[in-house]
Amino acid sequence: MTFEIFLQMFPIALMFSAPIILTALGGLFSERSGIVNIALEGIMMVGAFTGATITVLLENSTPAAAWIGLLGGLLAGIVFSLLHAVASINLKADQVISGTALNILAGGLTVYLCQIIFHQQRTRAFSYGIKKLSVPGLSKIPVLGRMFFDQVYPTFYIAIAMVLLTWFVVYKTPLGLRMRACGEHPQAAASMGINVSKMRYFGVLVSGALGGLGGAVMVLTADIQYTLVSIHGTGFISLASLVFGRWNPFGVLGAGFFFGFSTALSFYAKDIPLLSGLPGEFFYILPYLLTIIALLFFAGKSVGPKAAGQIYESGER
Amino acid sequence: MSTRKEKIVLPLIAVLLGFLLGSLIVILTGRSPISMYAAIIKGFSGIDIINGQPINTRYIGEFIIQAMPIILTGLSFAFASRTGLFSIGAEGQLMIGSISATAVALLVQAPKAIHLPLVLLAAIAGGALWGAIPGFLKARYNVHEVVVTIMMNYIALHFNNYVILNIFGSVDRVKTAPFPETALLKSPFLESITRNSRLNWGFIPVLIAVLIFSFIINKTTFGFSLRAVGYNKDAARYAGIKVNRNIIASMAIAGAFAGLAGGVITVGTFNFGRVIQAAEGYGFDGIAVALVGGSEATGILLAGLLFGGLKAAQPLMQSQGIPREIAGIIQASIVLFVAMKYGIKMVLDKFERKQVPTTEGERV
Repeated sequence: MTFEIFLQMFPIALMFSAPIILTALGGLFSERSGIVNIALEGIMMVGAFTGATITVLLENSTPAAAWIGLLGGLLAGIVFSLLHAVASINLKADQVISGTALNILAGGLTVYLCQIIFHQQRTRAFSYGIKKLSVPGLSKIPVLGRMFFDQVYPTFYIAIAMVLLTWFVVYKTPLGLRMRACGEHPQAAASMGINVSKMRYFGVLVSGALGGLGGAVMVLTADIQYTLVSIHGTGFISLASLVFGRWNPFGVLGAGFFFGFSTALSFYAKDIPLLSGLPGEFFYILPYLLTIIALLFFAGKSVGPKAAGQIYESGER
Repeated sequence: MSTRKEKIVLPLIAVLLGFLLGSLIVILTGRSPISMYAAIIKGFSGIDIINGQPINTRYIGEFIIQAMPIILTGLSFAFASRTGLFSIGAEGQLMIGSISATAVALLVQAPKAIHLPLVLLAAIAGGALWGAIPGFLKARYNVHEVVVTIMMNYIALHFNNYVILNIFGSVDRVKTAPFPETALLKSPFLESITRNSRLNWGFIPVLIAVLIFSFIINKTTFGFSLRAVGYNKDAARYAGIKVNRNIIASMAIAGAFAGLAGGVITVGTFNFGRVIQAAEGYGFDGIAVALVGGSEATGILLAGLLFGGLKAAQPLMQSQGIPREIAGIIQASIVLFVAMKYGIKMVLDKFERKQVPTTEGERV
């Protein structure tokens, strides 16, 4: 009985995990290059708004509207993160303040544009977001098939692919090595002829792309329209996944899955005998509470990129 | 530029640039910036430059109402930042302050002279407790306060709703029963001189908080040691300052300011406990207020009035056909420009250097 619920929960957990994993990978690029990015929440909002808007506007003309929406979210994320890059790399802004400003800006800007485009404080609802699919053959595997391949949003597979790609880029290419050097010791990197600013731009813009994609994925799988509360802290949970996953792509995968599962739990709690007596608010609180506990658990052990958050002065040692 | 001049000029430039960017967005989206500024002027004073209406004290009362809580959340952010902490937790601390105020307002029966101070003290204590938790986690386990305070905001939100709905009971699932008169900050006198605005005695605890902030930071050894931790943790520790204790104390006091904001809203602006759908932005407003105000008491007071006026102008903008969110966009841009102060300073310094020879030439 409980195992049946567990199986039912899986596709939902995967659905919530995908945007968290994608966005946290974005954070990984940014922080590995040395720029703290708490604007992930705002970047997700901009990506979600763009994804939902494109889908609504195109869905009568093309069946691929939601996929174009995903691409649009990705591009919007890049453009929005450019602000963080300019502020924190060129103008040497405090990265946490700049990120906070972008989070406030995203809330204002997206709802402002909703009012301009749709004359209401949210986008119009789209008829279909990303559609679920069952992988032929694989979905027939007992247990595993139902967990990972039956009625699953393909966005989860995109997230898995990005984990592998991120691992490859960050650990197996010269680009990744140079980027990590800028996050650990930018002056040493610069002395080896690496262009620190360029590397950091790369990191921040990739975080914009993945965060924007993550936001679009979230709204197009778990929601019917974009509203001010569509993202409700998922960007910050992604940030916590990055810490929990110890700045490593596979760690991020595990952490993202953990948080996705805890969100799914709130939907199924009433069917699980031991949990059904608890108030609904308890399960709303759960993902946030688990984030704090996860941070506590890894406190002191997890060491991020050394130079992340510090303003880079080229002449310093 | 001297540092003192910088502290005044840079925020002013940031405010100016923020309004410029806001106007640009209004123009780009096909709306008129003139009606936006007309709405802002009306929000501050009731003066209607388009239809030619004179000053109206009702609008002044309403804009002060908007400024009161964000001055307090501004003090909250600034206090923690003086110890080198970046606390985004004011929003949640404010909610816990609200719920504490609601509890005392509904459960205690006493004459006003006891009941009202008790309500506000409960709000302060609730906020302080909620603030002390991330402070403790930071001091004891070195968990970064930014993520923890954000998570605690969401926890406070759902906790607030749970308590309102399940413990105090709510007829309409939106609010509690009204509070007794003895728990309220409301004042028929203030309402009558501001043409029935919601202005109430809440501004008095707000002003006291501003004074206390200034006193602790500038005049006490405790404030000095907090600032010392903010400047250089290791040096402070070496000088015998108890760094961990100061971090917890600083976060608790920051929480107390935010909690008081919750109290002032709950028994001043409203007279019942509320279910909250989503964060109402008081915390982020406070960050903007503190950054623009340079984390100084006077600056925070002025910046709070500025942003309070902007908030009060929002419905007026909406009725002019300009989406109310433009106020948030302007505020965020101002914060972004404040963050870019090094960049702005570099530009200004270049500008000054070019100017210097010509002025000297003129003097000769």
